[in-house]
Amino acid sequence: MKRLIVTLFLLLSLLAAGACAAPVPVAEINPGYVYIGPVGDGGWTYMQDEGRRAVDAAFPGLKSTIVESVGEGPESVPVMERLVRQNKSKLIFAGSFGYMDYVEEVAKKYPDTIFMHVSGYKRADNVGTMFGRMYQPRYLSGLVAGKMTASGNIGYVAAHPIPEVIRMINAFTLGVREVNPKATVKVIWLFSWFDPGKEKEAAKALIDSGCDVLAMHADTGAVAQAAEEAKTYVIGYNNDMSQYAPTMHLTAPVWNWEKLFSPIVKQVADGTWKSEAIWWGMKEGAVDLAPFGPAVPEDVRALVDAQKADIISGKQAVFTGPIKDQSGAVKVKQGEAMSDDDIWSMGWFVEGVIGEIPN
Amino acid sequence: METLLSILAAAVRSGTPILYATLGEILTEKAGVMNLGLEGIMLMGALSGFAASLSTGSPWLGLAAAFGVGACLGLIHAFLSVTLGSNQVVCGLAMTMFGGGASALAGRGYIGMTTPGIGAWEIPLVSKLPIAGRMLFSQDVMVYASYVLAVFLMFFLSRTRPGMNLRAAGDNPKAADAMGLPVARIRYLYTIIGAGLVALGGAYMSLVYNKFWAEGMTAGRGWIAVAMVIFAIWNPLRAMLGAYLFGGVEAFQLRLQAAGASVPAPLLMMLPYLMTILVLLFISVGKGRKLSLSAPSALGIPFYREERE
Repeated sequence: MKRLIVTLFLLLSLLAAGACAAPVPVAEINPGYVYIGPVGDGGWTYMQDEGRRAVDAAFPGLKSTIVESVGEGPESVPVMERLVRQNKSKLIFAGSFGYMDYVEEVAKKYPDTIFMHVSGYKRADNVGTMFGRMYQPRYLSGLVAGKMTASGNIGYVAAHPIPEVIRMINAFTLGVREVNPKATVKVIWLFSWFDPGKEKEAAKALIDSGCDVLAMHADTGAVAQAAEEAKTYVIGYNNDMSQYAPTMHLTAPVWNWEKLFSPIVKQVADGTWKSEAIWWGMKEGAVDLAPFGPAVPEDVRALVDAQKADIISGKQAVFTGPIKDQSGAVKVKQGEAMSDDDIWSMGWFVEGVIGEIPN
Repeated sequence: METLLSILAAAVRSGTPILYATLGEILTEKAGVMNLGLEGIMLMGALSGFAASLSTGSPWLGLAAAFGVGACLGLIHAFLSVTLGSNQVVCGLAMTMFGGGASALAGRGYIGMTTPGIGAWEIPLVSKLPIAGRMLFSQDVMVYASYVLAVFLMFFLSRTRPGMNLRAAGDNPKAADAMGLPVARIRYLYTIIGAGLVALGGAYMSLVYNKFWAEGMTAGRGWIAVAMVIFAIWNPLRAMLGAYLFGGVEAFQLRLQAAGASVPAPLLMMLPYLMTILVLLFISVGKGRKLSLSAPSALGIPFYREERE
């Protein structure tokens, strides 16, 4: 009898190994992180690296390796190959959208390594994708902006006209108009992810044009600093930016990459990893709202916290109809919710956004 | 009107870091040395200015530190290009990479920190003037200093004995040497001072314009300054015009967007480069060639005393 149980157990574990990957001892995972920017950008890459550090601390014996400022082109291929061959990485996180095709290429060559691609959509047996539903805290920050504006003019400094940035502007505007139906969100494009000088000048241009709350989607604290100097409210991004605007910072949608990286490292260690599309939100803690600044009154905090609870429990989705586009045409009907695919590929502005999407 | 005024003020503000770098490079090139490492020197200036201002609590000491670090980098460049006579283009590019990398490495600990920096200070009386008051005299001390510097350099280069010696070293080092001028020493001196000014342009980014350090924060302004030198045809006052024009184009397109107008932003941002190419064309052919006389004719050519004919 005992032998039978052991045999069965062995067979089952073999089956499990076939379905997933074999467990890998923590000391042999050697996760490799490929970053788009320098850790010193104080934004996107900085937050990913904070996540990596937290994961390293949580798994004793884990030896991670990072490669910074890796271009989103063929130059990323040898970087990933080196991680597999020299570092013996059994798990690689590719931290930006543009690595997609190169991840696919390298993953084919090294089937024993697991690749997790951030923000992409191409998967394979050993390639999974992962991202955070940043639009959820964006929407909540919109509620704060809508409540705090006196003039109804809100400014938004945006990096590049790509679906991810457009989605954020839309979610933010839906939040603004939820509590302040007459308010508008004015968008300035930078055509750059990183240029603190230009970010600051764009913020000043918005303040000069009468905006009394600013939001931003770029990589530095320049907008927050401009807002503090002009005593204009500001909502940060990526990380809590209150150090740049101690009195005027309202809140910020922030990344918590540890919550995305950590379960995957655990799955690989346990041998339970399988290729899937991970799009985690506030429920899983992958994204969140930074603590409220001193200027945010109690009733606004209560309102946001209540909606946050509804988003976490799944009672409320951000992109639920009725949603109109800039021309006033109904894009999502009353009571309908947008599918993940439609949210993912959004290429139009909702009603209330002032600005256009350049081709 | 209000929008126009805010564009003009923004043009001066965002042109100032470029102006410092351009003036520094004009000084160096007029002496016959080409330093293409502006971007790297600006970054080192931005970091050292920020770090020194943070640790001493004084932005003025920050500026001094930036100038000092820039001068040291200038000294290295001068040693490589004047004493060793190595290829100045390659040295300059190496300086860019070195400055970018070294500032990133040394700046790790300063990320996310802020400093009070240098704020605006309106000059009494003249700041009340229409248009010019808001555009030129409601800025910060570094902007005012750049006006003085540009005018002084213009005067220095064209009307003073040391300025003429400097130009002789850049135009015809052989003749300068025959006149008994220490060509190597002159080239050393102005490469060092020039690089110090370039570093001040970087410190303007981290102490005045923004008041924090971020890796690579000059975002290509060093290269714009290299183009600006040619645009200005090595004239400090025209450098002012060029730098403000460049700042103005950017301020203009951002404010057009803020006004809700649809803007061909990439096209507008191309404008300064386009103008530089046009200036290059203009001074290379036809009537404009006269202007090319202000280009130092021995620019980038090492001079060896021992190899005189």
